[in-house]
Amino acid sequence: MEWLSEVSTPLLILGGMALVFGALLGFAAVRFKVEGDPIVDQIDAILPQTQCGQCGHPGCRPYAEAIANGEAINKCPPGGQATINELANLLDVEPTPLDAEHGVEDVKKVAFIREAECIGCTKCIQACPVDAIVGAAKQMHTVIVDECTGCDLCVEPCPVDCIDMVPLETSLQEWHPSKPSDGIQLIASDRPDLHADDRSAA
Amino acid sequence: MSQLDERQSASERRAAREAHLIASEKARDLSRELKINDFHGGIHPPENKHQSTGEPIGSIPLADDLIVPLNQHIGGTAIPLVKLGDLVQKGQKIAEADGMISCPVHAPSSGKVVAIEPMAVPHPSGMVADCIQIRTDGRDEWCTLTPLEDYASRDIDDVLEKIRDCGIAGMGGAGFPTAVKLNPRGGAEIDTLIINGTECEPYITADDMLMRERADEIIGGVEILAHLLEQPARVLIGIEDNKPEAIAAMRQAAAGTRFHVVVFPTKYPSGGEKQLIEILTGREVPNEGLPANVGIVCQNVGTARAVYRAITLGEPLVSRVTTVVGESLQRQRNIETPLGTPIRHILEQHGLDRQQLQRVIIGGPMMGYTIDDLSAPVVKTTNCILAPSKQELPTPPPAQACIRCGLCAEVCPASLLPQQLYWYARAEDREKLQAYNLFDCIECGACSYVCPSSIPLVQYYRAAKGDIREARLEKEKADRARERFEYRKLRLEKAEQEKEAKRLARKKAAEEARLKREQQADSPEAQAAKQESDVVAAALARVKAKQATPEQQLARAQRTLTSAEHRVERMQSKLAEAEESQRPQLQAQLKTAELKLQEARDKLAEAEKQAASAPAKPAAETRDSSAEPSITEDKLTVAGASSSAAGAAIEKAKAAAAARASMSPQEKLAQEIEALKKRVEKAEARLQKARSEDDPNTGAFETALEKMQGKLQDKLAQQDQSGNQD
Repeated sequence: MEWLSEVSTPLLILGGMALVFGALLGFAAVRFKVEGDPIVDQIDAILPQTQCGQCGHPGCRPYAEAIANGEAINKCPPGGQATINELANLLDVEPTPLDAEHGVEDVKKVAFIREAECIGCTKCIQACPVDAIVGAAKQMHTVIVDECTGCDLCVEPCPVDCIDMVPLETSLQEWHPSKPSDGIQLIASDRPDLHADDRSAA
Repeated sequence: MSQLDERQSASERRAAREAHLIASEKARDLSRELKINDFHGGIHPPENKHQSTGEPIGSIPLADDLIVPLNQHIGGTAIPLVKLGDLVQKGQKIAEADGMISCPVHAPSSGKVVAIEPMAVPHPSGMVADCIQIRTDGRDEWCTLTPLEDYASRDIDDVLEKIRDCGIAGMGGAGFPTAVKLNPRGGAEIDTLIINGTECEPYITADDMLMRERADEIIGGVEILAHLLEQPARVLIGIEDNKPEAIAAMRQAAAGTRFHVVVFPTKYPSGGEKQLIEILTGREVPNEGLPANVGIVCQNVGTARAVYRAITLGEPLVSRVTTVVGESLQRQRNIETPLGTPIRHILEQHGLDRQQLQRVIIGGPMMGYTIDDLSAPVVKTTNCILAPSKQELPTPPPAQACIRCGLCAEVCPASLLPQQLYWYARAEDREKLQAYNLFDCIECGACSYVCPSSIPLVQYYRAAKGDIREARLEKEKADRARERFEYRKLRLEKAEQEKEAKRLARKKAAEEARLKREQQADSPEAQAAKQESDVVAAALARVKAKQATPEQQLARAQRTLTSAEHRVERMQSKLAEAEESQRPQLQAQLKTAELKLQEARDKLAEAEKQAASAPAKPAAETRDSSAEPSITEDKLTVAGASSSAAGAAIEKAKAAAAARASMSPQEKLAQEIEALKKRVEKAEARLQKARSEDDPNTGAFETALEKMQGKLQDKLAQQDQSGNQD
């Protein structure tokens, strides 16, 4: 009889603990259930939200979902290398160069409607993924520059080809100096401006 | 009971301890505040202040053109109030502040507005910005000035409004609108006003000279500032010990007031707002916070003087004292110059030697920036124009690798780690840069100054700061774009759902209607539908009859051709007979006639071709004609409320059309007559019925019958004719 209690006591204790913790975990799983996939939200927050579809998905969120399911992270030309680096950081993968198949990194652009040529067909309004074009049928349309993401989806549907993608100008207030050119020049005479000085002195 | 006592005594003890701690901290604070403190780091670059202090503040002849930028401050760009060609007087407001954080702009001299357009402005980017160009008339006439008399009895808001209206912005270098700064919302009570007369940057002596010569005006301004801040407990005027004349002048002017002139050892950058606060009070401005958060407001001596002139004289900010210095100039001194004076004009007035000139720097050698376009004007924040010679300020040697000596960290006045920041700025690691408090960097340039590898550290930090700010803006924009995109998706989905719901409702209604009709097939409605389909069939027949056969077309073309030929002949004979004077006219007529002839020939050829192909492809034609009713069939479905009776009628009409297509004209005619006869019969029946029922439309029915009978007669006559022809 004694051996039985010797075996059963620890068994009971361990079994009881297993039950308690199991119940606790079960409760936590129900109580603190996470709705949706948080990683998709995090990826979506990094993507530039141009909704241009250059990655082959109809918008940034679908691409974020695709990335969460293992698609390559280098298909977003508007985001460029900065976005790829951030995604790589988030997903803990190696950053890769931008896949040129989906487009190349370009300066920031916004759509511009040559208003004299606009016939008011509303085709661009329907194409705009972020509702950044105002206008009505047979009325001139125009682009809200602050809201335009530069996705150029409105250019193709225009029947009179009156939409241009113009580079976004930086204002004086937004300007900031650029990083000094990298690469350490050990030989002073290699510097081009010093050469120029020599010549002007001579 | 005893337990309660114990607890009470415990809480009392704790309160007492806390009170003691607070008291001791206050005492420590006070002791720190009473003595002059030191801040971390700092450097002692060559001062180079003696060159420009030899002469009193001078002035130069008025420039021909004054270029007044609309944005000379931090905040929104002012909105122009004048038009091209307007005559303005000195001190007249020419642009109004746009929004809360903004400043109006005033005409620096009298003259005419000759341009409002983007022009070169003093800015490190070298970009252009909107400016108002005034061609001076040389009279320099003031507009009527309205001083604010007895400001002490006025409402503080009125005084602030006057300062704002006079366009006063911080004159130390940053250019923050003064009225905004004097209305602090930091939460803490303002107990200290600091007047900054430090001017720690080498070469610059504008504040020094101002304090020497205009000390009374400065003290007058300080009085107004103290009044506006509801008389803070302490008013400290901080001056570095390398300006003994200024100190003496200020001490003399401040005698009899409660303002303290505090003198402290010279060290760069003690003139930085945060550093000066630490020196004078021992308090530290929190990370990304404002001096107002620690109960302090800091103003430059130049600003104090501008406030004095604005309140007591009503003078807006239209001129400032600027140091003009550098070895490439013959004369180095301080001048009081109207805002908007082109820098080229100032340099030329001081004997600029272009051979010697290395570059033109706005501000001092530590924090200033180079400008390329010398047509840029002096603005509210321009405290120094430095035109050094090549020996004086040589181009920095090329950057070499960081040797991790740590000198930069030793001199950093903000106690940052410049080396770490440098690595992260190079790698563009924004998170790490912010973790290392990049935004606490005041860009004083001390780190670059001491760097043995002469790495342009500050440039890296400025670029990194700009990148981070840009990224923040972009992030904001991306969030907005996402919101709009999501909302649009939602809207489209909703519209789609609504459409679908409507479609379903319509389908259901149609189904119900059909069921109802089927249930009462003999109802008057069904009969009406049948009648309608008959009408459609008849209409179809009429349309068909009107279509010309190839034979008819051929005949018509031949007729046209013969008549055209006749006309041409007639014309030619007329032309031959005609007088000399009528000839050109007739010739023109002949030409048109000939053209018509040609046209007729073409038509004939086409008709012949058609006539030839008609018998060859009777099957094809049948198909063509059967295709036509099918179009009407579509219309029918819509019009005839999709009744099954109509369907039958269409079939009938189709068959009739097919038959007609293969019929000869005589047969067609016969059929038409047949149809007409039927219609006449029907009409007669209808008329009979109408008469018996006493219908009000009887008259209409009668005329319709008459018309139809007439048509029938015509057709019969036609048939007779064609019969005779055969």
